[in-house]
Amino acid sequence: MNIVVCVKYVPDAQADRTFSVDNTTDRAGVDGLLSELDEYAVEEALKIAEANDGEVTILTIGPDRAADALKKALQMGAHRAVHVNDAAIHGSDAIATSLVLAKAIQKLDPQPDLVLTGMASTDGTMGVVPTMLAERLGLPAVTYASELTVADGKVSVRRDGDLASQTIEATLPALVSVTDQINEPRYPSFKGIMAAKKKPVDTWTLADLGVDAELVGLTAAWTTVESFSARPPRQKGQIVTDEGDGGSKLAVFLGEHKFL
Amino acid sequence: MAEVLVLVEHIDGRVRKTTAELLTIARRLGEPAAVFVGSNVAQATDVLAKYGATKIYHSDSADLADYLVVPQAEFLAQIVAQSSPVAVLIPSSPEGKEVAARLAVKTDSGLITDAVDVQLADGKIVTTQSVFAGSYTVAATATTGTAIITVKPNSAPPQQQPAESVDTPVEFAASDLAKTARITASSPKAKSGRPELTEAAIVVSGGRGTSGDFSKVEEFADSLGAAVGASRAAVDAGWYPHTSQVGQTGKQVSPQLYVAVGISGAIQHRAGMQTSKTIIAVNKDEEAPIFELVDFGVVGDLFNVLPQATEAVKTAKG
Repeated sequence: MNIVVCVKYVPDAQADRTFSVDNTTDRAGVDGLLSELDEYAVEEALKIAEANDGEVTILTIGPDRAADALKKALQMGAHRAVHVNDAAIHGSDAIATSLVLAKAIQKLDPQPDLVLTGMASTDGTMGVVPTMLAERLGLPAVTYASELTVADGKVSVRRDGDLASQTIEATLPALVSVTDQINEPRYPSFKGIMAAKKKPVDTWTLADLGVDAELVGLTAAWTTVESFSARPPRQKGQIVTDEGDGGSKLAVFLGEHKFL
Repeated sequence: MAEVLVLVEHIDGRVRKTTAELLTIARRLGEPAAVFVGSNVAQATDVLAKYGATKIYHSDSADLADYLVVPQAEFLAQIVAQSSPVAVLIPSSPEGKEVAARLAVKTDSGLITDAVDVQLADGKIVTTQSVFAGSYTVAATATTGTAIITVKPNSAPPQQQPAESVDTPVEFAASDLAKTARITASSPKAKSGRPELTEAAIVVSGGRGTSGDFSKVEEFADSLGAAVGASRAAVDAGWYPHTSQVGQTGKQVSPQLYVAVGISGAIQHRAGMQTSKTIIAVNKDEEAPIFELVDFGVVGDLFNVLPQATEAVKTAKG
């Protein structure tokens, strides 16, 4: 069972995230890390690999510092990693990102039985790259898995929607994106941290993947950020301490603001 | 005038409010045409016409019901090729975003997700998005192909503008690839009788401070006719279903009024509610970061404050 997990190096959501002069996400001025939502995909891959004598490859696209995201996943227990690093990729939209990921996955040897991703990145938060990647790879996709079982050449997924909880099946190879409900990601152990130092990390450029640099990056993006503006900070409102009348005061506020 | 396609969100032909919002937005950009997938299109026709749909493309092919989103994306791609619309508007639900993602790849088009506004400015379709946990607002355009835009609920007040809807049946058969992931079982969720979280005008959410007892939160919500949400801490503790989670990994809501009860206000939660018009918090801890966001806050025990507020609301409403 060969599993590849696509992960993203993102600016820390706890920090003050902002934009660069070219209207792209500022990735230099803010500390980065493995997207929290991708940890669930790494954990799920490790669990499946442990049960099926499998191997887990971590794949990321990003600048030099994105190696930190790979390191974290290797420390958790993944076997190897691939880092697609090419200056031309800067500013790529989801469409171009899915193209590069697809080409990188097609270059893997052996080919994966299962592609896992998080439900969305914590910076762009679009949540569309997994689906685009499946579309490009011609794989069945099941997104937002809250439970995942792999057996008999099939994935079976539980997905909790607003109207119903569904069971969805697809034959391998397949792509599955997982939610933060699926597991509790492990912390790297000391042994894991030491072992990670010896694990192989391949670095690939666009040329290695046979991707034309003109198809990616900011100028090739099919969407453009025209402008951005910081949301004005909310004016701190009225705070009252409950002295037996807090609920009444709350209701008075609701009445004054026409919510009743 | 060029067409603007709107993917209709409905349950057995009962059209949801988001569709009226999308048709209202579509009228700003061109000639709205509804795309209806599934059965009971006849039941939807009146509503779609009332909000200005000039055409209703539809197919009741079984392929569109049994499988996941792929056939829907193929169906839309077929209509895009046929009618060359300037934009396709799709509800920003998890399913809608998947359809949009596939459609963008299939039609070589730019994709914008989670728009909170869409306007025509100097002949360009300009979207507004709220990003980085609501701390920034971004104006963006799709520059290649057909602008494919997923739009969040409550992005426009629905306005009626009746039109003659031309019934436009479409022959459709899904590809074999579209049939590779299949729904094998489905158990409907129990209905709460409350408004849908992302569509509600008022949302009351409970967090760790409830200690697992949501009864006071629910009673207060019901007095206001509000939807009930929960913080990640409350969901992770198993106190409330994940589908009610407000936050980065749950629902992003932007109601007229948001009431956070026993919720400290971590970034994970703020990402889901920061763009609400008016925010109220009730929390025992006066240092809770949620109080930095509020228009009105009560420092106190929710088990004392909420019942009193509920009674006062009921009295005021008569």
